Amino acid sequence: MSIRAQAISVRLGQNDVLHGVDFHAHPGEITAIVGPNGSGKTTLMRALTGEVPYRGKVEIAGQDIKLAPAWQLAGRRAVLPQAMTLAFPFKVAEVVRMGLMMGTHSTDPSLPSRALAEVGLAGFEGRYFQELSGGEQQRAHLARVLVQVWQPVGDDGPCWLLLDEPVSSLDIAHQLEVMGVISSYAQRGGGVVAVMHDLNLTALKADRMAIMKGGRIFATGRPNDVMTDAILSEVYGCRIRVGVNPEVPTPFVLPHTATLR
Amino acid sequence: MAIPANEPLVDRRQRARRTHWVLSFVLLAVAMLSLTTGATGMTLFATLSKVLAGEPLTQLEKIVFWDIRGPRLVLGLLVGASLAVSGAVMQGIFRNPLADPGLIGVGAGAGLGAITAIVLGGFLPAVVAGLIGYWLVPIAAFFGGWVSTFILYRVSTRHGRTSVATMLLAGIALGALAGAVSGILIYLADDNQLRDLTFWGLGSLAGATWSKVLVAGPMIGIAMVAALFLGRGLNGLSLGEAAAFHLGVNVQRLKNGAVMTVAAATGGAVAVAGGIGFIGIIVPHLLRLATGPDHETLLINAALLGAIFLLLADLIARVIVAPAELPIGIVTAVIGAPVFLWILLRRRGLVDL
Repeated sequence: MSIRAQAISVRLGQNDVLHGVDFHAHPGEITAIVGPNGSGKTTLMRALTGEVPYRGKVEIAGQDIKLAPAWQLAGRRAVLPQAMTLAFPFKVAEVVRMGLMMGTHSTDPSLPSRALAEVGLAGFEGRYFQELSGGEQQRAHLARVLVQVWQPVGDDGPCWLLLDEPVSSLDIAHQLEVMGVISSYAQRGGGVVAVMHDLNLTALKADRMAIMKGGRIFATGRPNDVMTDAILSEVYGCRIRVGVNPEVPTPFVLPHTATLR
Repeated sequence: MAIPANEPLVDRRQRARRTHWVLSFVLLAVAMLSLTTGATGMTLFATLSKVLAGEPLTQLEKIVFWDIRGPRLVLGLLVGASLAVSGAVMQGIFRNPLADPGLIGVGAGAGLGAITAIVLGGFLPAVVAGLIGYWLVPIAAFFGGWVSTFILYRVSTRHGRTSVATMLLAGIALGALAGAVSGILIYLADDNQLRDLTFWGLGSLAGATWSKVLVAGPMIGIAMVAALFLGRGLNGLSLGEAAAFHLGVNVQRLKNGAVMTVAAATGGAVAVAGGIGFIGIIVPHLLRLATGPDHETLLINAALLGAIFLLLADLIARVIVAPAELPIGIVTAVIGAPVFLWILLRRRGLVDL
């Protein structure tokens, strides 16, 4: 039922971007992929979605994604890319409705509005997509992604959200709101893999994390176990201090004061 | 959360579906008008009442309605629909409202195919010529259109993103090249072929015959039916190739299908009517303004409005200097060029050419 990637290598142009990465994610959990810029997070994500040519094997629930037709994958996993463009003047509701395109899940006409309400965009249906702010566009795309795999557990097993920096252009309140939506999806049995930049948010919300460095996975495990001064300082190449959140027993991250000078 | 300036949510899909019916009725009316208007001054009503009264039609009336206006009407309908639909499909695949087969060299490529067939068709082995027969010119036009669309896409699209500047510039270059090769072929042509070429190059529905309808009809018909299956995929593609794939679209198959459809529609239209410009730009653009960019409804409405538009342009071309007539390309260009400029001006801030 899980996503398993074995020995994934990706070459883009002249550069080897991933060097034989193994990656697992389980339904019912949020698995975060973190790491510095250029460490291969997005490339790993794009291998998991089948978007970039790779060597190795990616399986969703035991099925090799290279052998699955696009429409079948679309019923299994929905993908939020990092940056998107929209070619024609569609309205918000029309963009969200594209998630229903292949009709693999419910075709309930109220679904786009419900998904928009989930991401805090109730009432935005009739607005032109291109006139939304960057953060609003990101949340509208998330609504489209949610609509595509609306039931966290479908008829043939759990579904997956594959999200590349889902909260990168959101303010702190909307970051929490969106992470809440994602957590709820995982709690209801769906699987979530998310590329994240904000280590504190990752510590709060992720069940598992894979820390990448230089096209390899440097450490994997629960945030409490792998977010340590030593690992993070090594991976990011700057001195980082990890403390314990006073409210909940999760780590939080601060730059070492020496680096502020 | 910011309070959205909520404009009333109009479901444009409903409006677009109602538009199917409105346009169908308008098309019917325009078709009647086209049948009853012409240099001879006969009217459909007079003829109909004659038929209903059981009087036999005169030989002249039979010729005018059956041999002249009939095929012209059907050909106009086919060509108008195919030009508008190939414009809409092309814009969907290039993700840009300025892509039009006539403007970016696909029409010229189809034209080169047609000219090659007219000039060099005689050199084909008799077996092949007998097999293809009348369809030689439209099939050659199809290949010309297919090759130029394919080259254009390969040149202007990298990693699923189309560069508008490259597309327009490559289109100009391709068009010039096709024009030059066409010129060489025209130079080589003998007198008989020159006569054919001149008639063909006028870009007109004059000289429409049932055999021309038979020549272009099947190819355009197949292209129109194929276009119906492209709508969903083109909607997904408006988010980019990767997102379309994530939504479940087989992108490679969609692109191949779209390019073949454009080539067949443009090739069929160019083979029988020469180069008629701007319909592929104006019609989809007006429809997007009225009912939104959803390709599932846009493609059907484009076929209907394209047919209406071309029949009206043909009507103007026939009436304005009667009993002579203008090439229809002049009429569509006089209306279309300003509309094209208007689109450019409106979008100047949005599109980085």
